[in-house]
Amino acid sequence: MEVVYITIGVSVIVAILFFIAFIISVKSGQYEDTYTPSVRMLFDDELVSEKKEKEQNK
Amino acid sequence: MEKEQFYYDNKIVKMFLWATILWGIVGMLVGLTVALLFVYPGLLEFAGADNAISWLSFGRLRPLHTNAVIFAFVGNGIFLGIYYSTQRLLKARMFNDVLSRIHFWGWQAIIVAAAITLPLGFTSTKEYAELEWPIDIAVVLIWVIFGINLIGTILKRRQRHIYVAIWFYIATVITIAVLYIFNNLELPVTAFKSYSVYAGVQDAMVQWWYGHNAVAFFLTTPVLGLMYYFVPKVANRPVYSYRLSIIHFWTLIFLYIWAGPHHLLYTALPSWAQNLGTVFSIMLIFPSWGGMINGLLTLRGAWDKVRENPVLKFFVVAITGYGMATFEGPMLSFKNVNAIGHYTDWIIGHVHIGALAWNGFMIAGIVYWLAAKLWKTELYSTKLANIHFWIGTLGILFYAIPLYVAGFTQAFMWKQFNPDGTLVYGNFLETVTQVIPMYAMRAIGGTLYLTGFILLAYNVIKTAKAGSTVEDELAEAMPLKKISGQRIVGEGWHTWLERRTVLFTILTTVAILIGGLVEIVPLILVKSNIPTISSVKPYSPLELEGRDIYMREGCNNCHSQMIRPFRSEVERYGEYSKAGEFVYDHPFLWGSRRTGPDVHRIGGKYNDNWHFNHMLDPRSTSPGSIMPRYSWIIKDNLNASDIEAKMRGLVKLGVPYSEEEIKNAKQSILAQAKEIENNLRQDPEFVKNYGNSNIQNKEIVALIAYLQRLGTDIKANKTALK
Repeated sequence: MEVVYITIGVSVIVAILFFIAFIISVKSGQYEDTYTPSVRMLFDDELVSEKKEKEQNK
Repeated sequence: MEKEQFYYDNKIVKMFLWATILWGIVGMLVGLTVALLFVYPGLLEFAGADNAISWLSFGRLRPLHTNAVIFAFVGNGIFLGIYYSTQRLLKARMFNDVLSRIHFWGWQAIIVAAAITLPLGFTSTKEYAELEWPIDIAVVLIWVIFGINLIGTILKRRQRHIYVAIWFYIATVITIAVLYIFNNLELPVTAFKSYSVYAGVQDAMVQWWYGHNAVAFFLTTPVLGLMYYFVPKVANRPVYSYRLSIIHFWTLIFLYIWAGPHHLLYTALPSWAQNLGTVFSIMLIFPSWGGMINGLLTLRGAWDKVRENPVLKFFVVAITGYGMATFEGPMLSFKNVNAIGHYTDWIIGHVHIGALAWNGFMIAGIVYWLAAKLWKTELYSTKLANIHFWIGTLGILFYAIPLYVAGFTQAFMWKQFNPDGTLVYGNFLETVTQVIPMYAMRAIGGTLYLTGFILLAYNVIKTAKAGSTVEDELAEAMPLKKISGQRIVGEGWHTWLERRTVLFTILTTVAILIGGLVEIVPLILVKSNIPTISSVKPYSPLELEGRDIYMREGCNNCHSQMIRPFRSEVERYGEYSKAGEFVYDHPFLWGSRRTGPDVHRIGGKYNDNWHFNHMLDPRSTSPGSIMPRYSWIIKDNLNASDIEAKMRGLVKLGVPYSEEEIKNAKQSILAQAKEIENNLRQDPEFVKNYGNSNIQNKEIVALIAYLQRLGTDIKANKTALK
């Protein structure tokens, strides 16, 4: 069962990498705002439609 | 700061959209075909019963179906969603158009290569990793290109916050790369033949570590990312809880990677490894259901939209399917439930809830929504989409419910004892013929589902024709204000690199990890392949060739080689399987499903003539059997020209063939083949049919040699066996 050194080893390394990514993302403020991102992604992305909306609003 | 104008690449999204539809139809059509083979085993014998067509046999088509659906249909589907949503979430065009095109065409080329090589019998037999080594290399290359393209886009983003969907995409890219490489470490012996560097139990462990994570990181995490983008978008509601989505992501990826051993409960895998897999699998219900609840509750206050919008209908059933499958998963990971479900059709039902409902319906919803978006028009027919939804949903139910019934029927028939201690259904065949009606209903379910999907294709083609094409879509966003962390560095690559330390560390570490371990792995493992049972010996050259035929024909798709330590199995098949018996098995062939009986102790159970007749026409020895005819194995000459290369390869992996044995391999083959031919000739019927024709150099002889060897190494010591 020496293969567990590989499977567990690789799993741990992947987990550590994700853990580092997690710590850094928390420290860099990725998760300080847990509301705005969910709304921001709803806004239309394309310039064309944005302009249309503005026109409609006027 | 001025707003920047840029263009989204819609062309690549459309390319993936068409590929998704095309491969969806192909994959499901192959699926329906193999489903029909359960009911009509002779369906594809176009050249007559005596001339069965090798590349249309079940064992070769089944991997084609699974690979086509997973990597071609769902693969293109997730790329479609990722290429659309990533650009918009990050307010940036994909990193590099050329890489996007290489990714697209490379992936399609791999699919075509798979569609050619799998029916031709080039397979490593490891489930969902069947492709042989040259294609494996191509998969890794294209995957890395995809990874560079995705991470490059993240680096040049104009939106600092990385939305949760992108995190799911990143996890997919990194984890699949690592797992795919480790599971496919194999030693090539010829241009299209390789042996897994791991043997037996170890190979099984790595295979299901990968296999379960193919489910986790190819069929789940990317699709969850798509869910977090498309469900709020289509419903025009923010996700129920963004905080929950973050918790969902991090807990899911930390738990998923450990769950693999639940595919090997009650096998020869050490029990501590089994228990580890069980514990993590059960914990997985929390993030999974958190995600499901988050997806469904996004529609709070918007259920009126579900009534009107077929896209949301698809999403609701998809997320519900995700919830059902992720409830079943942990339940099946309990050893006592697994004892019932494993090897039965329950598992096939379970995975199809995931595939048809979760993956298929998520992708269908996304395709409908994007068709209207990409072609700047309304969907051609909402009514058709609704019809698709309903017959698709019906198809899922018609598919899954009969297989649940079949699964429980099989499990209970396999385990039922008479008061005197004998098996009630001692003939395995009774447990097969009993569920044939269920297989027929499953095929009806599949037909319904495929019909629905064809409606989707028609609807999207019509939509595309009615709409206009905008290949590069104009958008604008503020450029990302540079933040400097602790120190301000000047312009140029160094600045760029400094501020992206995390991603670069991840990338380089993964690269180093892979490079280093590719060389280290075989070294560690060779040592550990020392047999623990002294009577277990390597296969003879002829048996080795027979084993390769067994692999080529995909026998492992229907026959397990792993007798679990249950009284019902020991009574039926013989002594339960021991880890030490598989030390020379590169790769392991334990299988995961018993459409036919386990064959680990088949050696010596029947005579050579039985095997010969059974391969020629399974119905002649086992009336009612649904096994394919293998007439080509009897007609084709055995090509043993690579035997030395194969043996030398195995020596490198720790199988103790001596130089002398390798030199005498061809003579050894002739001698053993002659012996089997002589055995066959003892049957007057055989002599009547084949006269003096040369049978000893046919493939069948090698296969018989292998089958008669199976499980006999320790059988000699155990007299309890019949």
